[in-house]
Amino acid sequence: MRLLALIAVILTGGLIIFQTGAFPDFGDANAPANTYLSTYYLEHGQADTHAPNIVTSVLADYRGYDTMFETTVVFAAGLACFFLLRRKKVPGGEPRIYRHMPTGITLRIADGGKLPAEDSEVFRRLDTEFVPQQLIIKNTCRIVIPFIQIFALYVIAHGHYSPGGGFQGGVLLAASIILYAISHDLRRAIRRFSEKTAALMGSLGVLIYAGTGALCLLMGANFLNYKALAPLLGVDAVMARSHGILIVEIGVAFAVMAMIIWIYYNLSSAGKHDEGL
Amino acid sequence: MTDLLPLMAAKYNYWIYTILMMTGLYAMIAKNNLVKKIIGMNIFQTAIILFYVSIAYKTGGTLPIIMEGGHGGGHGAINAADYINPLPHTLMLTAIVVSVATMGVALALAIKVYRQYGTLEEDDINHQIRTQAGQ
Amino acid sequence: MIPIDLAILTLVTISGIGALAIKDLLGAAIVFSAYSFLMCLAWAIMGAVDVAFTEAAVGAGVSTIFCVAAVFHTTRRTKD
Repeated sequence: MRLLALIAVILTGGLIIFQTGAFPDFGDANAPANTYLSTYYLEHGQADTHAPNIVTSVLADYRGYDTMFETTVVFAAGLACFFLLRRKKVPGGEPRIYRHMPTGITLRIADGGKLPAEDSEVFRRLDTEFVPQQLIIKNTCRIVIPFIQIFALYVIAHGHYSPGGGFQGGVLLAASIILYAISHDLRRAIRRFSEKTAALMGSLGVLIYAGTGALCLLMGANFLNYKALAPLLGVDAVMARSHGILIVEIGVAFAVMAMIIWIYYNLSSAGKHDEGL
Repeated sequence: MTDLLPLMAAKYNYWIYTILMMTGLYAMIAKNNLVKKIIGMNIFQTAIILFYVSIAYKTGGTLPIIMEGGHGGGHGAINAADYINPLPHTLMLTAIVVSVATMGVALALAIKVYRQYGTLEEDDINHQIRTQAGQ
Repeated sequence: MIPIDLAILTLVTISGIGALAIKDLLGAAIVFSAYSFLMCLAWAIMGAVDVAFTEAAVGAGVSTIFCVAAVFHTTRRTKD
């Protein structure tokens, strides 16, 4: 198998290397990829959409149809993880471990024993793996997480003018919740941002994207042609395209954030939503 | 050999992308462990992204964020050769996010396989399937 | 004088092969995170700031967490 793989790989690689002579040089401004369509985007992008960052205007405006289905792929991947891994919660069955917070004593309660209240501050439930007292990690994360979220909102809203946009901002928002789930525990994170919220938010994101396109259709223009939204938003056609990009980016951020968090919940607890990393 | 060296110097990005892509392909075919195969798949994907990003590069060009030329009056003031090509960047940006979502699905499948067979090694799984079919 | 992008691309190749050669899946996940981060640097040098930003958030952050989570629920051991 290894020999066969090696032969196949060397053959394929050799063919590609053999053909590199036909490719343009590295950094060639007159290469075919750099001359036809992208010239139009660079020269007219800002005048058309009022977004200096051409990557954003191409992503959400000129090629918005493409991006809509990329968002749908992320949504479908989240659903696929849910269907593959999620298991129904069986009541009881396994022993649970609690820590008495004032004294630091750890208690193991066997199956069938009396359990403290779920949101009790005196008894805190621990994972069955060894969990040390992580005061510094918890407090550091508590301070850092709001700043990550504000930066993520800035990245989404400022995507017209600087690198960033819905995908990056959504991933950063998801990373802040994942950081909370790792530094505290998975159950607290799920109490803050539940599975149902994730599912609804993901669907809402895709709905915002597709709905903006459908609204353009209702206003008498092509699908995702934001110019048609100008009378609704009360601005001229160029600014309507700029605002349309922002609306669509918010939808992308919703979908990406919710789906990455949902995939993390399912992967880190192997579908039980009980004990995470 | 004498004309190969300048060729390599002018097109080294293609060499490196080929090496990375073939590393990923070899791992996908020959590695025995499923997680290693998934990592190989991701290396393959990043190699393709490297290819797209490197063909977008222009020597002396700056980032594709327009600095001047205002609203409506920017025609002719913007020279496209001064800016790096934004189109491949756009295509690859979405590809990265989709790659992490597909990686999540692949790892979910790996967990599912481990739950069923108790191993991630491909030959062990094949062996178990064969013995179950023989009974 | 070696150009900086060539140096980083060499490191990318080394860490990519290292991630596949290492005989421990948790180690492989961490080396793969380093691979993603170096790749992000290479793209930033090539001028693709948006792509580099996404890769820094996604490749070096979230996909490593996914890998670690999967390894946590399966096994660290591997034969190759």
